[in-house]
Amino acid sequence: MQAEQQQYNYQVVKWFAYMACVYLVIGTGVGVYIASELAWPILNFDNPYISFGRLRPVHTNTVIFAFGGSTLMATAFYIVQRTCSTRLWSDKMAWFTFWGWNLVIIGAFITLPLGLTQSKEYAELEWPLDILIAAVWLAYTFNFIMTISIRKVSHIYVANWFFLAMMIMITYLHVVNSLAIPVELFKSYSIFSGVQDAMIQWWWGHNAVGFFLTAGFLGIMYYFVPKQANRPVYSYRLSVIHFWALIFGYVWLGAHHLQYTALPDWTGSLGAAISLAMIIPSWGGAINGMFTLSGAWDKLRTDYILRFLIVSLAFYAMSTFEGPVMASKTVNALSHYTDWTIGHVHSGALGWVAMVSIGALYHMVERMWGTTMYSIRLVNLHFWMATIGTAVYITAMWVSGIMQGLMWRAYDDYGNLAYTFVESVAQMHPYYAMRAVGGLIFFLGACVMLFNVTVTIRRAIAKPSVEMATAANI
Amino acid sequence: MSDHNSNKPVTFQEKLEKNIWALVLATALVVSVGGIVEIVPLFYLDTTFEDDVFPEYEELKGVRPYTALELAGRDIYQREGCYLCHSQMVRPFRDEKDRYGHYSLAVESKYDHPFQWGSKRTGPDLARVGGKYSDAWQIQHLRDPRSVVPESVMPGYPWLDKATVDGVGMEKRLRAMKALGVPYTDEQINAAAETVEGKTEMQALVAYLQVLGTMVKFEPGRDYRD
Repeated sequence: MQAEQQQYNYQVVKWFAYMACVYLVIGTGVGVYIASELAWPILNFDNPYISFGRLRPVHTNTVIFAFGGSTLMATAFYIVQRTCSTRLWSDKMAWFTFWGWNLVIIGAFITLPLGLTQSKEYAELEWPLDILIAAVWLAYTFNFIMTISIRKVSHIYVANWFFLAMMIMITYLHVVNSLAIPVELFKSYSIFSGVQDAMIQWWWGHNAVGFFLTAGFLGIMYYFVPKQANRPVYSYRLSVIHFWALIFGYVWLGAHHLQYTALPDWTGSLGAAISLAMIIPSWGGAINGMFTLSGAWDKLRTDYILRFLIVSLAFYAMSTFEGPVMASKTVNALSHYTDWTIGHVHSGALGWVAMVSIGALYHMVERMWGTTMYSIRLVNLHFWMATIGTAVYITAMWVSGIMQGLMWRAYDDYGNLAYTFVESVAQMHPYYAMRAVGGLIFFLGACVMLFNVTVTIRRAIAKPSVEMATAANI
Repeated sequence: MSDHNSNKPVTFQEKLEKNIWALVLATALVVSVGGIVEIVPLFYLDTTFEDDVFPEYEELKGVRPYTALELAGRDIYQREGCYLCHSQMVRPFRDEKDRYGHYSLAVESKYDHPFQWGSKRTGPDLARVGGKYSDAWQIQHLRDPRSVVPESVMPGYPWLDKATVDGVGMEKRLRAMKALGVPYTDEQINAAAETVEGKTEMQALVAYLQVLGTMVKFEPGRDYRD
């Protein structure tokens, strides 16, 4: 353990991991607030800085880039060191990544409530922050690649392929989608317009999901599931096929966000067709993760951290089945523009991304601080809160989304629209309230985690290091 | 991962797993294909915009750049995140035609840097909201939505009455749009500051809402998509 602490740069990983726990609380907290604004609009308080339209990007940027990003940076740096048996290529560059990324997040917390936005979903931040993101991202990527290049083992482990694909694709996406002409310090116009801008935005939008929130987290899965289960990955061959199919295919999917729009039909249909095929590589990953547990399923009874990892794969399999269904033209005609999309995103974001991250974070905290969690009962409590919160959230959105879609297209016996738009809004109220409650349960679970992790770390630091070493060997 | 004995031929995958630079290159190529195939043709195929497909349809030439006041309103629309709850893209379905009007065309957003098609209808589509309600209704609705639509969940925007549009800023913004290819004339740019003089943000936003979807005067019975 001591040798491990000296051999690897754990310090930067520890900071990223802890900040991920903090940002999960903030991001889901803001999410609960804006969900409540939709259920009880009085909560906007006629205050520009907390009105829904300005806070929603704060929520999405915090959960995706602050929480998701910190988790990806923590895990990539952790995994690449351990699977390459070498220290990070550059400690300085790693710290630049840490401080730069957190600076971006603070910049987002300030500029978004002020209404400074490029108005492209999940790419709202204005051009000075975009440039900082690019610099930090390249430092992260370069350091990762160089660390692999000085590895002390012959093969590059599968988890690293996924991280690498994410880093390269996000570089493409971020640079192209953010191309804009600055007008003021915090105001710019996209160089693309209308139909082309829409296609580029959703090429970004769906690959923020496909690479940032999927490929990267599959990298996490490929390391932490075998580690926590203490079993080898189920199939090497499957991981090879699934890797190449996934990274080739995901790139095409953005167009399914624009079916029946003014985007030419060939583009939308192409996106839909590839989307249907994507179920194969997606399930390849889910199966490879779950079957890693073959012969060790009993561990799920006792190992709460493993539960997070395995349930995340169940949600991953479910939402990657739901996604192709929603991308098919017939279903999309109903589901598009409704809350069903929001439900789908959250079954992926809460059920898959957050759960696999939480499992990985608990694992890393125990390992890096050479201790066990302060309270395993609180981990179990967190597991149930996260699972129940997610289930309540997505169920509410399924019902409200499908109801919206059906109400909008309903006709009465005389050939008139059966409902005004606002009648559909009024019908949503109970489901918006239910969604806020589901989100609240998930948020409180995240608070439990932050408390548990904080106490664990404080106790580990207070203990003499000899004890730490013994604890780690148990 | 399985052991490889030295007699076995080395597969391409094996080479990639042992050479980080080859893996970087292969990955960079594989992930670039989809985007290139789907995006690049949109810039040169002459079937992307309806006015290229039907040059004889005069109504398609009605799309013009936003006035300085409308553009100021559009910037406020983005600032307040309106696009997060309102789409601006009517699809070619019967119910959407009855509820919102004619389906949207690509030419209608060709000067929209960035596009505002949206992805969610927490509120109704706004692609053709122009002219549907009076200015007075729009202003009252923006100040206090539930005073005119009790079931609405939209936030109020009373602060838009208190701020005025920055004239010099608008001149710069028109100039930037021109640099991006939006055909503003020098007269329009030079007059920008004057035309927005003393206007409130509320007036600007309403001017933008009132022009949405009104530039193309549709000919009944014409189909604009193949």
